[in-house]
Amino acid sequence: MKPTHLFQAEQLVAGYENKTVIHGVDLTIPSHQISVIIGSNGCGKSTLLKTLARLIKPTSGHVTLDSKPISKFPAKALARIIGLLPQSPIVPEGISVADLVGRGRFPHQKMFGSWSKKDYEAVAEAMTIMDITQFANHNIDELSGGQRQRVWIAMALAQQTDILFLDEPTTFLDITYQVEILDLLTDLNRKHGTTIVMVLHDINLSARYADHIFALHTGKLVAEGTPAEVVTSERVKEIFGLDCTVIEDPISGSPLVVPKGRYHGGGVTV
Amino acid sequence: MPKNFVWVLIICLILLGFTAIASLVLGSRSIGWHELIDGLFYPNVDSYGANIVRKRISRTVFSLCCGAALGVSGALMQAVTRNPIADPSILGVNTGASLFVVFGIAFLNISHANQYIWLALAGAAITAVFVFGIGSMGRGGATPIKLVLAGAATSAALSSLVTAIMIPRSYVMDQFRFWQVGSVGSANWSAIATFIPFLAVGLLIGFITAPALNALALGDDVATGLGVRTGTLRLIAALAGVLLCGAATALAGPIGFVGLLATHVIRLILGADLRFVIPMSAITGAIILTVSDVGGRLISNPGELEVGIVTAFIGAPILIVVAMRSKVRSL
Repeated sequence: MKPTHLFQAEQLVAGYENKTVIHGVDLTIPSHQISVIIGSNGCGKSTLLKTLARLIKPTSGHVTLDSKPISKFPAKALARIIGLLPQSPIVPEGISVADLVGRGRFPHQKMFGSWSKKDYEAVAEAMTIMDITQFANHNIDELSGGQRQRVWIAMALAQQTDILFLDEPTTFLDITYQVEILDLLTDLNRKHGTTIVMVLHDINLSARYADHIFALHTGKLVAEGTPAEVVTSERVKEIFGLDCTVIEDPISGSPLVVPKGRYHGGGVTV
Repeated sequence: MPKNFVWVLIICLILLGFTAIASLVLGSRSIGWHELIDGLFYPNVDSYGANIVRKRISRTVFSLCCGAALGVSGALMQAVTRNPIADPSILGVNTGASLFVVFGIAFLNISHANQYIWLALAGAAITAVFVFGIGSMGRGGATPIKLVLAGAATSAALSSLVTAIMIPRSYVMDQFRFWQVGSVGSANWSAIATFIPFLAVGLLIGFITAPALNALALGDDVATGLGVRTGTLRLIAALAGVLLCGAATALAGPIGFVGLLATHVIRLILGADLRFVIPMSAITGAIILTVSDVGGRLISNPGELEVGIVTAFIGAPILIVVAMRSKVRSL
């Protein structure tokens, strides 16, 4: 089981050049749980994730790991605790699956990047978890979108961090692969105790897979808690500006948002 | 490690050996085996052929060193800009070195290669910083496309300055002409001695930064997540690239395309892992430049074709092929 960490943001303000996107967010990431950040387009959920994962320097406020600002950690030491899969990583030309997954070992390696037994084991394990061992020597270009995403997550797993940030890991994937990826991440969380923090677009998948939800609206944290606490019709109206009915997901028992819209129901609620 | 790495290394080293021997033996006067052995191992034998071999040793060593420097410089610049067609000449670093050398010849009365080197290095470094600075402005930092645009624009501006300084001064033109096409023929041991420290430092930095550059290849965000300080890494690797190409340019003139050719040959065979591509580019670069030099001697026998012209002839078509074949991803 991975060690427990206290990961917090205090009065976090962040954004780009002259546009502030995050306006004073305080939060604590629950250790060993799956947290999902939700919100409408442009609410700053991706910016928040990037700031937490040190891709963006906060304008003011702090992101702290075990009560120490993350900017105070040596970069490689921090990368052994916090992993990150951004939204659009780059695939170098002609790279094999095993090579790409192996690059996740960088923070564990010394100068010249020579490989230890632990490195080989970590890569083999990551590929087993993501079920891509059979593609190890394939070129990434030969894989489908879903397989490719599994390779990227395997790279992040090979890094063997206690906390893993993922920025929309299911975008551009068919529903089948979305569920497959989220199941694999849940395996990782349940079996290894990895703390997972991700941005997801789909509120229903968020409600099903999250242990904890952070709801963001115009750069402010407006609600947090279990899916049952956060995903209510009033909240959804507030966060997304959408009229909806929330029912119980017949499979998982989590809240399920059924949008209303102007057609198909004549204003009749269930 | 790539599966075929050991074999590729062995074959490359054998080729390197053959290339070095060819460079000693072939030329306007070809050398027999006896003369080669006399020249190499018996300093007391004073025959015409043996003396030619001795003269060609410095030329060969210099061309191997220069090729290695240009190969690794190309690999580093491609990794830093994440652009498969980056090369010292494409980023304008060569032109910056040229401008400073021309300036030195025209206004500071500099005429010796050992003095060129500092001017060329300064020119290369300032140009690199300038191109990097312009390329980093605006949103998203130093993206490959902005770096290449900044390099091309700077290069165009600087070469017109070179022309402006040269045209009214025929004595500069005479001296600069030979330097400008790129040649390893004038090499001597003192030039090599000047060059070696730069080569050593540049190669060492190249080898040390290779694993981090591997992470950078996956994008700045992934690299940051893996614990790479991307700004610092880019700066160090770019400096090593500048050092290598600046020193080579100072002593041999602006030889283009070697970096591009050396890296693409090795990438095709070994794949994308920079821990192998960077060191191997030194070997392929050395082979390519030396073979080009030997080719230049043979083509226009009994005269010589400058090696810069030969590499341009081989490199230009291959640049076009590479640019068309690869999707030039990051662009």
